[in-house]
Amino acid sequence: MHLDLNTIWFILVGVLLTGYAVLDGFDLGIGALHLFTNKDEERRVMLNSIGPVWDGNEVWLVTGGGALFAAFPNVYATAFSGFYLALMLLLASLIFRAVAIEFRSKQPMRWWRQMWDVSFSIGSILSSLLIGVALGNIAWGVPVDANGEFAGTFLGLLSPYPLLVGITTVALFMMHGAIYGVMKTEGELHDKLRGWAMGCIIFFVICAVTLTMSTLLYVPHMAARIRENPWLFSIALANMLAIANIPREFHHGNDGRAFLSSCATIVTLMALFALNIFPNMIYSLPNPENSLNIYNAASSPKTLGIMLVIACIGVPVVIAYTVCIYWIFRGKVKLDRMSY
Amino acid sequence: MDVLTLSRIQFGATVAFHYIYPPLSIGLGLMLVLMEGAWLKTGNTLYHQMARFWTKVFALTFAIGVATGIVMEFEFGTNWASYSRFVGDVFGSALAAEGIFAFFLESGFLAVLLFGWDKVGRKTHFFSTCMVALGAHFSAVWIIVANSWMQTPAGYHIVGEGLKARAEITDFWQLVFNPSSMDRLFHTVTAAWCTGAFLVVSVSAWYLLKGKHLEFARKSLKVGLTVALVSTLLQAVTGHKSAQGVGKNQPAKLAAFEGLYQTTSNAPLVLAGWVDEKNEKVVGIAAPGMLSFLTHNDFHTPVIGLNEFKPEDRPPVTASFLFFHGMVGIGFTLIAIAALGFLYFKKGTLHERRWLLWILVFSVLGPQLANQLGWFAAEVGRQPWIVYGVMRTPEGLSAVVKANVVLSSLILFTLIYSLLFAVFIYLLNDKIQHGPDDADLIPSGKLALPTKN
Repeated sequence: MHLDLNTIWFILVGVLLTGYAVLDGFDLGIGALHLFTNKDEERRVMLNSIGPVWDGNEVWLVTGGGALFAAFPNVYATAFSGFYLALMLLLASLIFRAVAIEFRSKQPMRWWRQMWDVSFSIGSILSSLLIGVALGNIAWGVPVDANGEFAGTFLGLLSPYPLLVGITTVALFMMHGAIYGVMKTEGELHDKLRGWAMGCIIFFVICAVTLTMSTLLYVPHMAARIRENPWLFSIALANMLAIANIPREFHHGNDGRAFLSSCATIVTLMALFALNIFPNMIYSLPNPENSLNIYNAASSPKTLGIMLVIACIGVPVVIAYTVCIYWIFRGKVKLDRMSY
Repeated sequence: MDVLTLSRIQFGATVAFHYIYPPLSIGLGLMLVLMEGAWLKTGNTLYHQMARFWTKVFALTFAIGVATGIVMEFEFGTNWASYSRFVGDVFGSALAAEGIFAFFLESGFLAVLLFGWDKVGRKTHFFSTCMVALGAHFSAVWIIVANSWMQTPAGYHIVGEGLKARAEITDFWQLVFNPSSMDRLFHTVTAAWCTGAFLVVSVSAWYLLKGKHLEFARKSLKVGLTVALVSTLLQAVTGHKSAQGVGKNQPAKLAAFEGLYQTTSNAPLVLAGWVDEKNEKVVGIAAPGMLSFLTHNDFHTPVIGLNEFKPEDRPPVTASFLFFHGMVGIGFTLIAIAALGFLYFKKGTLHERRWLLWILVFSVLGPQLANQLGWFAAEVGRQPWIVYGVMRTPEGLSAVVKANVVLSSLILFTLIYSLLFAVFIYLLNDKIQHGPDDADLIPSGKLALPTKN
């Protein structure tokens, strides 16, 4: 693998989307678990555990999308116009979930809170599912014509394999969110969340194992990549160890470390995904020669260079103050009059 | 309807709805900096109460702004894929810079602004407020740069032919400082200040009328009216600069704004009227020679008319004319309102003039309307081009998206946005009726500690 500008940008887009999955992953997960309790106070605590950070987390998606547009405009154009309806549904879910967080606790009426609670939860689950389905389609391959345009249909995007990836993503984010919740809460809710976290881990492991088997059996180009590069198994192994470490850390009472293990689970999964598709970004099935890769879909070297300068200046600063902000809001959630 | 019309309606409608919120974030961001700064400087807790109250309004507008903003980013790819392929190399870098420099800054420090009141000291909190306002301003920079590049493309060359042709960057700084970007940036940002200021003015005037929260209202009016007056005056200056730029770089657009069909020396400035498209003339009151003077600083220099352009290269005249004149008319009315309000406030008799207070209450709609009309003028006036002189709007469409699909998403967005708007107005009204919290007169947590020197 030669480290040219195109490869660097493949990695950077990957880093931004992984950042999104790690960060927004837990608040989407909290959303998916939101209806598990019907006590208003517990729902508020869960909501406020992500309160200060959720929209910063969503910016990772916005910036990831922007970077994809800038670095690989053909991938952005083909994927976004091709996945039109799926993306519109994703937008609708993201909108509902975002405004539900803001609106929910602004009025005391039961029906009002119930309405936004349901919006928040369904919006979160549907967002996770659709993001997973999109990734699943990229992995499985989508029909692309000789002009690099998407040649499939909306229903064609909902085949079993991408749906399985979608469900796995929901399970992953629920697990991640539950562990985040364990870290941020105390008392009765804390114990409940720990129980849910264990359930979510089991749910996720079942999905992940099914997904791995399906990939090896039914996605020949991904299976071939692993056969040619057996070292990829080490990443899969690291992934399994990270998952296995979560109950261990719980047992020792290290909730923070359990959360880090969950982050590592997501990072290793994304790395595995990226290494399996590289250098393609949209794999064309049934005509692999039409695939969009990091060379035929990229912007000019000049633009990639300019953006690398922008990223080198901006990203360290972003990471520095994001860490500071998470530090300010460390510790258990306490409700006060500024809370949602 | 065909896919072109539907895609244009959808983009226009979603961006128009979105644009209710960013000017409020920018304008209120500035107001928050001024209020919290005044609190730190004077120690007067009324300013603290003001900052707390407007922070809550800010949070409400910000959430909807973010949620509806993601739609815009996605729509370039979903509806305008050919455009995205063509401009990605140029336009994309501005968008990526926006994400990295502006959005992260804004949303990151927003956490401290909203939820950090009791967790951090005064200086840290004030710093966060400044960073949120700065982030909001930065986001304006990059999106205006990108949009201005569509109006006056620079710093690029075309590579490839036919379907594979695309614009590639040759000079990044020429892209950033393209001929219209800075004029339009100043005009847009001052418009946003104006939008934030008039919201503060409107709510405060309402409290005076109702005889509630009087001290709070007076202090808010002082900040609000000052910013309103300064920003409406700056609007006139930056608007003039911007229009001169349009005359120079996009003459067909200026001709459409003014309904000028024939190239004319001593060109008149239409103050009010309408366009008779059939007979290619404007009916209304006009100031002779003023258009020439405003465009070229000289009464006699000819201004280029629409007849110099082929019919297929002309923007829609009536629409451009009305949007533009509507914006200018509202702009000058707002200067008068802000000046009157400021005058009587200084005299100390504003609270006695109920008619003026009522005008101030409704003045909040002025900047919002002018913002919308201004953008409609800018974007309709750019037609039939999506990138001025380089790519026509229909060429930018996605090749694979069908009309019925766009129609369904258009219906979806119409429903969602109507609901959002209703809820937004309901909650905003609720906050205003509830008013500032008396508990906010006493800073709590770490904010209560004196500043360490």
